[in-house]
Amino acid sequence: MQPHPDWRPTASFERLRLRADLLARIRSFFADRCVLEVDTPALSHAAGTDPALESFSTVYNGPGPAGPNLYLHTSPEFPMKRLLAAGSGSIYQLCKVFRDGEFGTRHNPEFTLLEWYRTGLDYLDLMDEVEQLLTTVLADIAPPDSVRHWTYRDLFLEYAGIDPFTISSGELRDLLLTRYDISCEALSSDELDSWLDLVMTHVIEPRMGTGLIFVRDYPASQAALARLRPGTPTVAARFEVYLDGIELANGFHELADAVEQRARFEKECARRRNDGLADVCIDERLLSALQSGLPDCAGVALGVDRLVMIASGAESLHEVIAFPLDVS
Amino acid sequence: MASYSTNEFKGGLKIMIDGDPCAIIENEFVKPGKGQAFVRAKIRNLKTGRVVERTYKSGESVEAADVMDVDLQYLYTDGEFWHFMDAKTYEQLAASAEAVGDAVKWLKEQDTCEVTLWNGTPLAVAPPNFVMLAVTDTDPGVRGDTSGGGGKPATLETGAVVRVPLFIDIGETLKIDTRTGEYVGRSKD
Repeated sequence: MQPHPDWRPTASFERLRLRADLLARIRSFFADRCVLEVDTPALSHAAGTDPALESFSTVYNGPGPAGPNLYLHTSPEFPMKRLLAAGSGSIYQLCKVFRDGEFGTRHNPEFTLLEWYRTGLDYLDLMDEVEQLLTTVLADIAPPDSVRHWTYRDLFLEYAGIDPFTISSGELRDLLLTRYDISCEALSSDELDSWLDLVMTHVIEPRMGTGLIFVRDYPASQAALARLRPGTPTVAARFEVYLDGIELANGFHELADAVEQRARFEKECARRRNDGLADVCIDERLLSALQSGLPDCAGVALGVDRLVMIASGAESLHEVIAFPLDVS
Repeated sequence: MASYSTNEFKGGLKIMIDGDPCAIIENEFVKPGKGQAFVRAKIRNLKTGRVVERTYKSGESVEAADVMDVDLQYLYTDGEFWHFMDAKTYEQLAASAEAVGDAVKWLKEQDTCEVTLWNGTPLAVAPPNFVMLAVTDTDPGVRGDTSGGGGKPATLETGAVVRVPLFIDIGETLKIDTRTGEYVGRSKD
């Protein structure tokens, strides 16, 4: 052990004050709109099935309903949907969420998420509210210099010159290598969505420029918990928000169909087994809630630490989180 | 075969790429919220010095390169190889011209160099940061001129040519910073 372990916060007090200020502004924004603040458990009996998200697990030893495993939530989505199904109306939550295997300049395995759901709104309406929230809370701090809207397809056509709905993974592999000198040997040809992720993170994000950018209508294979919008092609009613080229939020017109939701969970579980990831059990309480009826709603989750980072001109989450993983 | 997970990546880690030993310069974790996690790394090929970029799926395994840095004493050159010795074991190792590279112009017998070994064979040679070398040729010294202004070229005993102040004479021993190739001062002896 070091004689004097590093104990000081990695974030300056100026940034910690900005963080507190932004949290207060966010709460005030929702109070003005009569959106109810809620608090759901960080520990739950079921974990998310999304193969791209890894939950931490722990054990409760009793008394009461002991073991086997409890999971730290990767987002408060499932219990919040149970509140919605129970009749809460529009709700929001500010909470810590936990994701294993994520650490870097823009990732910390525990981080603060703002998640909210609006009943009676679709994802396009919710995009407007995200814009209002960000322009309101950042007004005299670091207002976005512009607001732009793209469909996923047009974004790829504009910044990478490819149509994500027709290109094959083999074509993507060749194009990334010859045009951008980017390669990833371990990605196989049946992982088209991962190849598209590679284009997004390596080619598009660095080129999209400053300001607030909304990207919507993702490929159906990337729907996650969004409902599908039939058409040619069928797209997911999903959007992402980028601020100054950094991914900040992800939103859906929420899937309310319990049968479709179960099918997606099972598909994700199968993919987890295929990829050698930890087996997780499906959240039956969420499915029961959907069965009883989720009101038509749209929801979005926004990374608060990244918001503080961008608003304060920081380059890394280290500069806005008091004690990130390496000094936690 | 030894390997590293991308979770172990950090600057300086030695890995194999396309059969060549490489060192990671920097690496970054990249992941869309709902998508594939990648590790993007800037990597130097230790044989060619070229810097390349590689992207890995987060968590994948990468073959480790058996590369280490050791301090060895430079002995002599036979024209084809440069011979070094481990001062503790007296083991001798021969480095090729390719491995010695630009360090050749600073190599003086008895000096200790940092030699990078790959599978036990010298891959690269780094001279000491500072070397003391005698001047073998330069214009006659201008007495009294200690201003340091202007300067002139001087050839050193290893063949290196450096810019020195006007007052320096043939036979003097100079301290040179090998990282910049610049004159630092005259020997105090």
